[in-house]
Amino acid sequence: MNVINLQHVSKSFKKRHVIKPTTLFIEEKKIFGLLGPSGCGKTTLIKLIVGMLKVDSGEITVLGKQVPNASLLREIGYMAQSDALYSELTGEQNLEFFAKLFGFSKSERKDRIQYAANIVQLTEALKVPVSSYSGGMKRRLSLAIALIQNPKILILDEPTVGIDPLLKKSIWNELERLKDEEDKTIVITTHVMDEAEKCDYLAMMRDGELIATGEPTELKAQYNAQNFDEVFLKIGGDL
Amino acid sequence: MRILALISRIIQQLRKDKRTLALLFVAPLLVLTLMYFIFDSEASDLTLVVTDVNNRVIELLDESDFDISKEETYSIEQMTEEKMDGWLHMEEDELVLSLLNDQPSRSGSVKVLLAQTFNVGNVAANPSINTEYVYGDEETKIFDIFSPMLVGFFVFFFVFLIAGIALLNERTSGTLERLLATPIKRFEIVTGYVIGYGLFALIQTIIVVLYSVNVLNIVLEGSIWLVLLINILVAFVALSLGTLLSSFASSEFQMVQFIPLVIVPQVFFSGIFPIEGMAEWLQQLGKIMPLYYASDALNGVMYKGFTFSDITFDLLVLLCFAVVFIILNIVSLKKYRSI
Repeated sequence: MNVINLQHVSKSFKKRHVIKPTTLFIEEKKIFGLLGPSGCGKTTLIKLIVGMLKVDSGEITVLGKQVPNASLLREIGYMAQSDALYSELTGEQNLEFFAKLFGFSKSERKDRIQYAANIVQLTEALKVPVSSYSGGMKRRLSLAIALIQNPKILILDEPTVGIDPLLKKSIWNELERLKDEEDKTIVITTHVMDEAEKCDYLAMMRDGELIATGEPTELKAQYNAQNFDEVFLKIGGDL
Repeated sequence: MRILALISRIIQQLRKDKRTLALLFVAPLLVLTLMYFIFDSEASDLTLVVTDVNNRVIELLDESDFDISKEETYSIEQMTEEKMDGWLHMEEDELVLSLLNDQPSRSGSVKVLLAQTFNVGNVAANPSINTEYVYGDEETKIFDIFSPMLVGFFVFFFVFLIAGIALLNERTSGTLERLLATPIKRFEIVTGYVIGYGLFALIQTIIVVLYSVNVLNIVLEGSIWLVLLINILVAFVALSLGTLLSSFASSEFQMVQFIPLVIVPQVFFSGIFPIEGMAEWLQQLGKIMPLYYASDALNGVMYKGFTFSDITFDLLVLLCFAVVFIILNIVSLKKYRSI
């Protein structure tokens, strides 16, 4: 079953096409990777799916409802590319604030904060103001905030930028666990090619266009390449 | 060489920031022009009402620079309503001069001009004039008149800046966008801001008012509760205007640039400077400014002892400003999320 459907979606800013007409289906309980160089329109596409930007033409449906739809915001855990955190507050206060926005009761909040902090291994640092967090800790807190309302869909915009390999591995393990055990659908953007291998399904973007979709092994076979750097270079053609 | 690198970088940056440049070059002209009109305006004629005074005096007054009106009967109530500077009348065979004294400088002028007029006419037989004051007394200082306005001004100024910069930070740090990816409604964000910062504005208002009245001994004829009420409304207007304008600023720097555009002109029209002598269109300009109504109400309550019913109109206008700005805030958030 597809949880996210994009039909001929396009978007431009100031007459510049950021997303050229795109049709895309994302299956449930899969890790879906949006792959492409910086500035190719990944973030714009994601903001369209979350409903923070309006499509110029075409239609997006998420869980059978047309975007934008206020009730969908509860079902989507969104992690932005930049860490949008309140640096004066502690990690716990940040989590608490977002948990309150989703209307959890006091005891539910406590559980949710513990759960989310545990996944990203921030339990120890919860009482520390975010201003003294390292870059990696801030990314992890952002991820924890995306998980706070236990959404069906996780949309993560470059979640592993600035995170060391060990933590990156543990985050990927957790994403796979979330997919397998908690039936979550995960959409992830990245321009790191080795992460592409870990996705169940991939869409490669360039200049606002989808240039190839498929499973990682399919794509590699199709382009007769060893790894995704090669796939990318081959698709890029004359580059 | 390194200095040159720095200089050329600054020039490059500023040339990109058209707003800052415009402000740097144009804002002083705007403020200077306003000041030109305000200080260049001629003081309007002093108005004097005369009742049952002997003809000799009336003849003299007719020849003077006073704008005289002769009435059969007159009262203090009529005087405050018509905003007459003075009323000359007889009481038990004594000449009495009642002064409105809403602007101490005008009261002084009335006394001087009257003394001159009687001197010229050599009314030596007319020894003393008893002077009475409608508002304040002989001791009234200029500061008493505009201190109420200053109280309102500072509440407006600080709340405007702080609330504006707070929401601006939320925009630039991306947290506003993150916030709008949750089910929160746009009106909830604006209401939260108004109440959250409103609490601090309220505390600030209470401190400012209590300090002015008790420590600085600024005159307070009316109720302190009314003063608080007016200032709370002022704080709400400043808060909602500050957050609204912050959406047109991309840095704290640009937020500060609103001071000469939004704050300074309001000061000119808020009663520190007499505006009666100004061109009519310029006087009308004051009526689109929240501080005009705030200072009118504050001056009324603190100096003239007005009650709630006297300032209802001012309060309503301030409330309208706040409501309109709050609605505009909610609309402007559409930029971040269409629903």
